[in-house]
Amino acid sequence: MSRKNNSPAGKRVLELVRGNAVPIMFIIICAIFIPLSGFSPSYLINEIVTRMGRNLFLVLCLLFPIMAGMGLNFAMTLGAMAAEIAIIFTADWQIWGIPGVVLAMILSIPFSILLGWLCGNLLNMAKGREMITSYIMNFFITGWYQLVVLYMMGSIIPIIHSSIKLPRGYGIRNTVSLLNMRQCLDDLLAIRVKGVKIPVLTFLLIGLLCLFIVWFRRTKLGQDMRAVGQDMQVARDAGIKVERTRVLSIVMSTVFAGFGMVIYLQNIGNLPAYTGHSQIGMFCIAALLVGGASVEKATIGNAFLGVVLFHLMFIVAPAAGGVITGDSMVGEYFRVFLSYGVITLALIMYETKKRMAKSKAGQELAEAQAKEEAAQ
Amino acid sequence: MGGMVTAIALPDLLKKMGFPRLIITGFLLVLFIMTPFVGANLPIQITNIINRFSWNAVLVLAMVPMIHSGCGLNFGLPLGILAGLLGGTLSIQFGFSGPMSFVMAVILATPFAVLFGGGYGTLLNKIKGGEMMIATYVGFSAISFMCMMWLLLPYTSPTMVWGLSGSGLRPTISLDGFYNQVLAGFLHIKIGSIEIPTGSLLVFALLAFGIWAFLHTKTGTAMTAVGSNPTFARAAGINVDRTRTLSVIMSTWLGAMGILMYQQGFGFLQLYNAPNNMTMPTVAAILIGGASVNKASIPNVIIGTILFQGMVTMTPTVMNSIIHMDMSEVIRVIVSQGMILYALTRKTEGLK
Repeated sequence: MSRKNNSPAGKRVLELVRGNAVPIMFIIICAIFIPLSGFSPSYLINEIVTRMGRNLFLVLCLLFPIMAGMGLNFAMTLGAMAAEIAIIFTADWQIWGIPGVVLAMILSIPFSILLGWLCGNLLNMAKGREMITSYIMNFFITGWYQLVVLYMMGSIIPIIHSSIKLPRGYGIRNTVSLLNMRQCLDDLLAIRVKGVKIPVLTFLLIGLLCLFIVWFRRTKLGQDMRAVGQDMQVARDAGIKVERTRVLSIVMSTVFAGFGMVIYLQNIGNLPAYTGHSQIGMFCIAALLVGGASVEKATIGNAFLGVVLFHLMFIVAPAAGGVITGDSMVGEYFRVFLSYGVITLALIMYETKKRMAKSKAGQELAEAQAKEEAAQ
Repeated sequence: MGGMVTAIALPDLLKKMGFPRLIITGFLLVLFIMTPFVGANLPIQITNIINRFSWNAVLVLAMVPMIHSGCGLNFGLPLGILAGLLGGTLSIQFGFSGPMSFVMAVILATPFAVLFGGGYGTLLNKIKGGEMMIATYVGFSAISFMCMMWLLLPYTSPTMVWGLSGSGLRPTISLDGFYNQVLAGFLHIKIGSIEIPTGSLLVFALLAFGIWAFLHTKTGTAMTAVGSNPTFARAAGINVDRTRTLSVIMSTWLGAMGILMYQQGFGFLQLYNAPNNMTMPTVAAILIGGASVNKASIPNVIIGTILFQGMVTMTPTVMNSIIHMDMSEVIRVIVSQGMILYALTRKTEGLK
């Protein structure tokens, strides 16, 4: 965003607009939709703050694979599934409140590491098409997740309380109530400013993750990751274990996604056992991209701006759509269209840029060769 | 019949087919062998498989041209499906009925398919190497865009719109009186309790033969050349971008045709988010048939569709009878996604 160049001001503004076309488009959409929707500012601010607390942690975990040049991690849902399994166990053992949240986070780690390691290794086998592979990976693991949760839990894996089991005796209910865990993180240390509840503890956790990311970028491993992201071959020649670094970035992303999902679920207050994770990846990726991130570069700022803009659009679109077309379903579809559209756009921009850079590099190489030949 | 084809193709397949295909074929064979023992009706199962084959085969065929030209697996299949849905709904809107409505649906879908395919092909030419991911999201965007359109377009036919408001299409539209079973009913054969929808199979055979013949023409050979080695193809004077676009248009049109075939067998026209559920099974089917990310043939289509649909129809009944759990949906998801993952993680030559 802050490019240091000495070009005239007008050109710089133009460049700024071009570099941030997506956030600007969303600001315009929100500016049109907010008055149309007729929501009060205090309602909107309240909603946005809640949603920031709910989603930011999840969005931030996408930064690690981007750092390692593996693109958008559609397989972050694996972490979400790990967290869901952990939450099911904590709910079954009736450990609630803060201890329950902490236990769920700790329990999710082994599942996350296992799934992340599996995913990372698969992505190493599919270099150059990490994104589509991680995307399919997410469906593949969803299948296994269903097998475990729907058929094995209660029949093979012991589940004590029938309140979370399906009436037939095995499998977990479609919705598991987390009432005793609901917003326990958010409410602890929460402060109210003019009717807006600010979940300080949740934001502190998010802040900690941000600090971790900033610190991590400077560590040896963080540097290695960026080197791998820049150029795998060069990194390998420099003695970096490319495969290992890539697997680690996915594992880290998955583990943090697991934590993020626990935060998300304690805010929601119930666990939709089979649908909870399905949209998480898509929404988080869309939010990050709306914040101005691209497939190869994303910052913490992108995540914050993205969550605010994306969820603002998400809140106001159905009501505004209802006012414009007289049918609130249109608004509903419109916001889905926008989220898919923004991902599509970002992917297209990334691929065209990659191709342009490639052909430019080819041209430069040809020129250098021509020069060399001329010199001889 | 499904079993026979599998049995004949088996020795030849064994050499070429990888581990997952072996498992799936074995799994299906076990299901077939077990059918009589668990008390399921074999002829009904076979009828089901043949029927489902006739619904889905053309959709699977729609994968072939794009794989041939090196565009990868066609995750953008929803575009073709949307063209088909537009054709179908317009045909009903214009008041056609009976077999004529099917013909008109195909005719009306064609310009949309060419238009969508052309635009989509041009886009894919700009992003060579990243086709599959972008195709997926182009499909999603198009589906959600059309979700709005189904509500907003001025359809008025009372068979399709919501009764109360008189506008906006319903999610599921019955095709009774329109093109329900028009092809399946044509030359319908009944042997014992096995029923064969001859018309549908004939149309598939015709289209499959058309594609096979096309791939042996000069343009078709050029397409294969573009897919296997674009640099060589360019050196040979082939217009790579135009060939690729042509393949995308063909795939999109076959997708439109495929969904119309599916509807005429299934008897319902499904709008809104329904096209989302068509892509993955279709991609999985051709991969199970032995295709890879950059190689596919007509036998792959036929074997893949039989194996996949066989699995879909046999698992619920047989598994249900054995363990009294309906795990078919989960098994289907794991097998199909696992198959796609397997194909994606293979090292393939010709990566640009």
